[in-house]
Amino acid sequence: MLKKRIIPCLDIKNGRTVKGVNFVDIKDAGDPVELAKQYVVQGADELVFLDITATLENRKTLVKLVETIAKEINIPFTVGGGISSVEDALALIKAGADKVSVNSSAVKNSQLIVDLKERFGSQFVVVAIDTKNIDGNWKVFTKGGTFETNLETVAWAKEVEKLGAGEILLTSMNSDGTKNGFDLGVTRAVSTNVNIPVIASGGAGSVEHFEEVFTQTEASAGLAASIFHFGEIPIPQLKTALKENNIPVR
Amino acid sequence: MIAIIQYNAGNIRSVQNAISRLGYKSIITDNPEEIKKADKVIFPGVGEASSAMNYLKERKLDEVILSLKQPVLGICLGLQLLCKSSEEGSTTCLGVFNTQTKQFPPKDKVPHIGWNNFSELKVSPLLAGINLTDDVYYVHGYYAEPCNETVATCNYIKEFSSVMQKDNFYAMQFHPERSASVGEQLLKNFLTL
Repeated sequence: MLKKRIIPCLDIKNGRTVKGVNFVDIKDAGDPVELAKQYVVQGADELVFLDITATLENRKTLVKLVETIAKEINIPFTVGGGISSVEDALALIKAGADKVSVNSSAVKNSQLIVDLKERFGSQFVVVAIDTKNIDGNWKVFTKGGTFETNLETVAWAKEVEKLGAGEILLTSMNSDGTKNGFDLGVTRAVSTNVNIPVIASGGAGSVEHFEEVFTQTEASAGLAASIFHFGEIPIPQLKTALKENNIPVR
Repeated sequence: MIAIIQYNAGNIRSVQNAISRLGYKSIITDNPEEIKKADKVIFPGVGEASSAMNYLKERKLDEVILSLKQPVLGICLGLQLLCKSSEEGSTTCLGVFNTQTKQFPPKDKVPHIGWNNFSELKVSPLLAGINLTDDVYYVHGYYAEPCNETVATCNYIKEFSSVMQKDNFYAMQFHPERSASVGEQLLKNFLTL
């Protein structure tokens, strides 16, 4: 049976992890490679690295980092942040990234999704969608959640599927950082309206939140950052609890 | 020396990284002579079937692959290209395995992305130490129908060929290089054949 995936997300700035971490047995918590290796040991199913600076000179640092990560870890990983061309994606894929994630640049130029799909195949293309509920309507936001677009979230999700996305990483800005749980409404709406896997993100604060998102929506994976980094929910414990509730996990 | 066959697109480095973590040296090449003299050959394959077959044919690598006598391991699209044909781009493939590759019907999320276990395992040196409950990482929208050369199957929407074997040709639909310790065991099994 296909398993539900648990995915820690690491924010990267100048080649270092940004959010604080308190893993006990880690030497350098700012080192993304050390952290990634720790997550592999814990049983993470996949990792997402998000470059939050994404300036030109930082690209080279990122590519180097991706090379190191690819050498060290044996589970799939996605790299996102500032990818606006096939060339940007190629540099990361050549360095060893399994998938790339695009967000604002895909909204600005949806042909990018088509180009990435044609060059690398759908399986390499994750489209990240940041969404926020505005007066009862789910709208797509870009530029790190600072810019409201005219796009309606479910319609955009269907569009990116048609254009060739292999997966959707859906972040609810209303839930993000609250630890009150994933946004089940928008996750359900998107995951039942597309036929590609949806990764739910934003709001995970407890084991129950993962149970809810896997039983009440069609999400294929759950992504979180700080609760994993700070060891609030150790991944082995999370997986044991999910198994006890008959949710298939690795 | 292990030869990893070079392709037009995609992430072949991760295969090389995985082999190097196991302590083996490898080269990524599309040079027929280098491929022929390698102890073992890995045929990874990522991307779309028809363009991948065209790439192989342009370089006469299709003939080279079929002439190999040393152990050959197809991974993901590599497995599919070793079958007779693929629905993807209506492609005639290499025909080592007597089956065809079809597109998953949209009865569940497609592509099949993520970790899945085996539904049947036959005896094969490639599967030493592997159990039905072991999960491996898949990313694919097409699948090879089970046939006589299928030694392991997986079930997603349909029962499909997960691992195949015929003579010196071996193949895996999942990505052993991205399948944590289970993947390492499988790669080790191939490398020590």
